[in-house]
Amino acid sequence: MLNYFTQHILSFSIWLPVFSGIVVLAIANENKPDTTRWLALLGGIASFLVTIPLYTHFNFAEGGFQFQEGFSWIPAFNINYHLGVDGISVPLILLTSFTTVIVIISAWEVIQKRVAQYMACFLIMSGLMIGVFSALDAILYYVFWEAMLIPMFLVIGIWGGPNRVYATIKFFLYTLLGSLLMLVAFIYLYLSTGSFEITEYYKFSMPLNVQVLIFLAFFAAFAVKIPMWPVHTWLPDAHVEAPTGGSVVLAAIALKLGGYSFLRFAMPIAPDAAHHLSGYMITLSLIAIVYIALVALVQKDMKKLIAYSSISHMGFVTLGFFIFNNLGLEGAIVQMVSHGFISAAMFLCVGVLYDRVHSRQIESYGGVANTMPAFAAFAVFFAMANTGLPGTSGFVGEFMVILGAIQVNFWYAFLASFTLIFGAAYTLWMVKRVFYGEIANENVAALKDLNGREFLIMAILAALVLVLGIYPQPLTDMTNATVTQLLSHLAQSKLPVGLPSGL
Amino acid sequence: MENIRYDLITALPEIVIVCMAMFILLADLFLKPTNRIVIYILAQLSLLGAAYFTFSTHVPSVGYAFTGTFVDDTMADVLKLMIYLGTSMIFVYSRQYIQQRDMFRGEFYALALFSVVGMMIMVSGQNMLTLYVGLELLSLSLYALVALDRDNAKATEAAMKYFVLGALASGMLLYGMSMIYGMTGSLNIADINNALMSGPKIHSVLILGLVFIVSGLAFKLGAVPFQMWVPDVYEGSPTAVTMLISSVPKLAAFALVIRLLVQGLPTLAVDWQQMLMIMAVLSIIIGNITAIAQTNLKRMLAYSTISHIGFVLYGLMSASMNGFIFAMFYVVSYVLMTLAGFGIILLLSRKGFEADKLDDLKGLNQRSPWHAFLMLIVMFSMAGVPPTLGFYAKFSVLQAALAAGYLWLVVFAVLMAVVGAFYYLRVIKLMYFDEPADNNPIVAPMDMRVVLGINALALLVIGIMPEKLMELCIYAMTTSLS
Repeated sequence: MLNYFTQHILSFSIWLPVFSGIVVLAIANENKPDTTRWLALLGGIASFLVTIPLYTHFNFAEGGFQFQEGFSWIPAFNINYHLGVDGISVPLILLTSFTTVIVIISAWEVIQKRVAQYMACFLIMSGLMIGVFSALDAILYYVFWEAMLIPMFLVIGIWGGPNRVYATIKFFLYTLLGSLLMLVAFIYLYLSTGSFEITEYYKFSMPLNVQVLIFLAFFAAFAVKIPMWPVHTWLPDAHVEAPTGGSVVLAAIALKLGGYSFLRFAMPIAPDAAHHLSGYMITLSLIAIVYIALVALVQKDMKKLIAYSSISHMGFVTLGFFIFNNLGLEGAIVQMVSHGFISAAMFLCVGVLYDRVHSRQIESYGGVANTMPAFAAFAVFFAMANTGLPGTSGFVGEFMVILGAIQVNFWYAFLASFTLIFGAAYTLWMVKRVFYGEIANENVAALKDLNGREFLIMAILAALVLVLGIYPQPLTDMTNATVTQLLSHLAQSKLPVGLPSGL
Repeated sequence: MENIRYDLITALPEIVIVCMAMFILLADLFLKPTNRIVIYILAQLSLLGAAYFTFSTHVPSVGYAFTGTFVDDTMADVLKLMIYLGTSMIFVYSRQYIQQRDMFRGEFYALALFSVVGMMIMVSGQNMLTLYVGLELLSLSLYALVALDRDNAKATEAAMKYFVLGALASGMLLYGMSMIYGMTGSLNIADINNALMSGPKIHSVLILGLVFIVSGLAFKLGAVPFQMWVPDVYEGSPTAVTMLISSVPKLAAFALVIRLLVQGLPTLAVDWQQMLMIMAVLSIIIGNITAIAQTNLKRMLAYSTISHIGFVLYGLMSASMNGFIFAMFYVVSYVLMTLAGFGIILLLSRKGFEADKLDDLKGLNQRSPWHAFLMLIVMFSMAGVPPTLGFYAKFSVLQAALAAGYLWLVVFAVLMAVVGAFYYLRVIKLMYFDEPADNNPIVAPMDMRVVLGINALALLVIGIMPEKLMELCIYAMTTSLS
């Protein structure tokens, strides 16, 4: 039994949350929501626990794909159920299963209608996202990638704000458009190589113009998901309308699906195109970092502000990818994980306020620190982390990316470091207006401080942000070997030998 | 003597259904209205009997009967079994609906069974005239079925429209056949192919014939620019009949395309590929874009059908073995999706109330989470979102088209699929995000609930494990076309 488990850890990580979600749906009784909640929490925690061996049993020094398992799934197309993880996917899988637990706890009293469906959506989504991070077969990956849209679509649409229908349909169609182009690229690669194995694609050489088309098809899918400027417009809408849990999962994990996929598909499959187009990619990243930060500055809605801040921070991630050096790439991965914690915490903070006052507008608040001192302490801490204060995890990733960028081009680093200024400006200005000053109105005066449940999740997240900020070594150890392998792969041209490029 | 014996055994399923249909008509005269359930059981039994004979006489080889006008190959057997299955499901879904509308009579079942025979002959015909007779038997039964609710003005208008345009299409098909006959001297599919292979013919006459044949086929499939009848007939017919028109006959129409174009006129493939290509692209555009503007669920599904047919044509126009296999896979998936979709409409309808407006689905998740979930699967499957069957259907035909070199057409189809996703999402939005406008309890017999549940869940299960269905299609096509 134990042996079976150790050989199929990834399958358990994927299917246990999905199975728990189905059980929650099946047993659910609208009259006894507490049973449903405890059951969901149990499922979430169990799903988190089964992912822990991925960290403890991972061979850091070796890199490469580990915990591989698989069988032939659809022989007619040579599609395999093939799973495996490397140093980039493991931290993201842990992040996913951890965030799901946080989301379940955070929804405890907040979600009152259709509790079972809400919990089940998040559990199933968690499994599907872990599937995205661990699939080594293109179609398996694609199925997880698309299937994950369905629960998210429902979460935003059922439990979202007033403009939820517009936001959720926009979210779905944007993502679908990009993904379908990626599917065409997969079919093309299948027809050329006869396989959907990702590792086969790594070896397959293509002329530059084909690589560029393949890269652009992937770009359509991943740039929308990350999101990169100018295809980011779905994100602020989706974030604003989504319930707190939806925003947390979107920001903490869904955006990372895009970043991860760049590293798994677009860059290693079409490395020459990635180098060829890196100038454009860096430009788009810098626009996101600087311009979107300015956009964040003028937001009146707290969730929208954090959404724009997410886009700006993800600009760092793509910048780190496309400067092609160790520091940049590792910094980008650290930034992805760290942003997972910080943005989740920020959205939870907004959720705490929204549950009490039912407004996300900055102007509805003022002087919250007077009535909610404990909450204010956490919120200010997370805001500091968001601006990249040294000692928090936000600092590590950004600093590494800036160091990496300066090796390539001084001006990249110069522009990127603007985010430290703008980030501080929009975050701290929001904090000032919401938390400090006189008590603005009777709503704020009536606020009650954090309850035990909220305190617990805030404290866990704060601890993680701090630990990762002071001692990021475990994370960088995990990714180090994989990043080195990836960079050496990217450095080799995959253009066919003997043909002039461009043919 | 031996020949006649073989002929009769080969056509046994058809003979069983014809006899039963006539028996049902007779029996209906002697049955009290309260005992009409006997008719229903007889109809189901005749499908079961035909299925038994089709299955038990199946051999993985090609056999000809009635002096080469009738063929028994694997494709025919597989498609016939699908037709029985689909029709049987239609009978289950529609029983309550037609009882409530005073259509629960022998005629309904007799006509439906005759249409099944028509489809079977289309599937097995190996001679242009046999195929034509099968097509007419199907069409005439359907015209009568549409008008069965004779006091319903909309249904009568739909029947009239269907009949006039259908007769025109049949005429075109027949005219095209006569051209081909004139050039090759034979009506037999295999002989036509041999004649065209053996020597030069006047190309322009062949093309003229081909254009008429393709037009006739396009009408029966409901492909643009011959789609005008589809939305009106779908909307006007009683939902039970719409379900019959929109689902299983597409299997027969697919077989007709294979018999006429792929087996009979492969030498003209370059020409019909181009025609199918234009129809495919237009069907996908018009189907998907017009569907967005619909408020009537049946009309929306009509336009959705047109776009699905466009995808089937993507497979056929590839003119490769894979293309035909995947087109068949698509048609079978389409039939399963359509049956489940109309099944939900029938489920929500009750006496004096047709749940055929999009708004009638509002808040279904609060009225019945289970049925909302089933419809959710159907809609995502139609939109082609994994892990549902519709995804593999689209994936495989697009793969065939890409292998045939139609890269930009595939990209185009993919973009239109996003447009299509919008109106399917709108249905889900109505079910999940809106408050119910209608709080009547959903009443349905247990057999319908169970079959509908299996039908919709099958879209998900086969979507996760498509291998068996895919193998069946591969088996059917590779042993029949070689």
